[in-house]
Amino acid sequence: MAVEQTQTLDQDTIEDEPRGPSDFLLAVRELKKRPPAIIGLFFLVIVIMFAAVPQLFSPLDPVDQDLARYIKPPGFTDKAGNIYHLGTDQQGRDILSRIIWGSRISLIVGITAVIISGLIGITIGIAAGYFGGWVDTVISRIVDTALAVPFILLAISMVAILGPSLQNIILVIALRTWIVYARVVRSEVLSLKESEFVMGAKAAGCSTIRILSIYLFPNVISTTIVIATLYLGRMIIIESALSFLGLGVPPPTPTWGGMLADGRSFLDTAWWISLFPGLVLMITVLSVNLLGDWLRDVLDPRMKRIAD
Amino acid sequence: MRAYIIRRVLQSLIVFSAILVIVFSMLQITGSPAAVLMPLESTEEEVAAFAKEMGFDQPLPIQFAKFLFGVDTVDRIWIGKTQNIKTSDVDIENAERVKTLGVIRGDFGFSYRHEIPAMGLVLEHFPNTVLLAVTAVIIAILISIPAGVLSATFRNTWIDHSSSIGSMFGQSMPNFWLGLLLIIFFSVYLRWLPTSGFEAWYYIILPAITAGLYATARITRLVRSQMLEVLEMDYVRTARSKGIVEWIVIVRHALKNASIPVVTLVGLELGILLGGTVVTEAVFAWPGVGFLVVDAISNQDYPIVQAAVALLSFVFVGVNLAVDILYAWLDPRISYS
Repeated sequence: MAVEQTQTLDQDTIEDEPRGPSDFLLAVRELKKRPPAIIGLFFLVIVIMFAAVPQLFSPLDPVDQDLARYIKPPGFTDKAGNIYHLGTDQQGRDILSRIIWGSRISLIVGITAVIISGLIGITIGIAAGYFGGWVDTVISRIVDTALAVPFILLAISMVAILGPSLQNIILVIALRTWIVYARVVRSEVLSLKESEFVMGAKAAGCSTIRILSIYLFPNVISTTIVIATLYLGRMIIIESALSFLGLGVPPPTPTWGGMLADGRSFLDTAWWISLFPGLVLMITVLSVNLLGDWLRDVLDPRMKRIAD
Repeated sequence: MRAYIIRRVLQSLIVFSAILVIVFSMLQITGSPAAVLMPLESTEEEVAAFAKEMGFDQPLPIQFAKFLFGVDTVDRIWIGKTQNIKTSDVDIENAERVKTLGVIRGDFGFSYRHEIPAMGLVLEHFPNTVLLAVTAVIIAILISIPAGVLSATFRNTWIDHSSSIGSMFGQSMPNFWLGLLLIIFFSVYLRWLPTSGFEAWYYIILPAITAGLYATARITRLVRSQMLEVLEMDYVRTARSKGIVEWIVIVRHALKNASIPVVTLVGLELGILLGGTVVTEAVFAWPGVGFLVVDAISNQDYPIVQAAVALLSFVFVGVNLAVDILYAWLDPRISYS
């Protein structure tokens, strides 16, 4: 009961304050001045729709093989009148349909890995920053170690040992990326815990859990969202690199990296197999990065140096 | 300064011990290292026999000790203890076992496929990786420093905009895709450069550009922002007001002062590249450690993978340590506490 009362009290005091436009409104206002971020948002919405309901957009079956259609150039039309706008690969599959279905794995891996690593990173970062002492020392050494091991080398080895599956890929990526969040959140918390509102909460006898979850956690969210967006692009690239090396989600599921690997053997005769998936992959990552830059400037201008 | 260096060295040693734990755990993480190492079609009995032969049935601390100090040493102590005889009296020669010296002495066991010491094989490929990483960093510097300086000097002109757009694309492009595009254009279409391998000096051009892509983009952005900051400084204004030629102001007064963070970033990028050229090496069949590892993984030849992860991590820690010490030396204002 007592807890609920303080919460309502808090909210009342906040309501009484004169309020400026919300962060959300500010962000949207800023967006109008940034055409690159609008373009990024536009492309990202398209890719998300592809990933959510590929069957609506995919003109043909992405796994339908037919050696009669072995490596046909963009615009090829078969006897049934189906048009292969971006050509076919070495198994006669439609590249456009495979690109549309391939968005799924990229987004699922990217977004899930970002969420999992974000949750681990925030928790560990808050603990390290708030408790200090040996907790901080141990966590800092773990962070140093994880940073020292070459990421892509460890990722391909671990995926190979654990077996390439969606869960293992997400797990391996997330187990390395939490460090980025932990480091930034830790330094944020180090300065936050000296601030008056945390001191006040301590003096008022708030439990540690309450201080961590109600006073510190909300204050590191905006920073975390910025890192998450800036890292989402990297996660997507890493997933495609794993798929490119044959360590992605196993076939016949289409992945952009896997398509690039298919095209590698036909660079001299069929450029389209490796050009288009890579192009879509780059545009997706570029869109995420443009959005990330915008979010960073709006939510957390201090981040400019850290993220560079 | 000395205390700072000693502390950094100690930290690096702790990190390196932790890396050895990770390298050891790589095979253990599935719970059954023998099953990972044996071919998929092996029977359970075969896996169990192999586990016994390799010592995977022993307690983990014993296995880790063997991994570190070698089979002979640990077995002597272990057998001596259990049979209650002196360690030196243990008849190790007649015991059937796979012998290694332990990773502390640089022995990661034999490559299953090549049947030569794994670390030796990795070290044999390492110079090619160093060559690729260093060339990539040099190309990155040659492109990014002029690009960053020009962007800052001609701020908000088409030069600045095209350099910013370029580095934005550079950061968003998967570098293995850039590699494929370079092959399509320079090897297949123009027929100027070879697609793969390493037989003459010019074989390095395309892989180095590919590997250096991210470093180029990141260094350009940092040089630009540092230069913008420094160009606002009083001493730059003073230099200009003295009538010094603009390009001398930019190079001698501004760039020199903007260079400390850039040197640090270049060092970090080199460290990242030494362990991060795996995908590039796979694209161009560049005979470095990354190419060796990708090949070893497809053959389940894990001692090579373990040796490579340990070596490249060790190098990364070493490069970072060197960069930190260099940084402290370059900029005496940094606090060592």
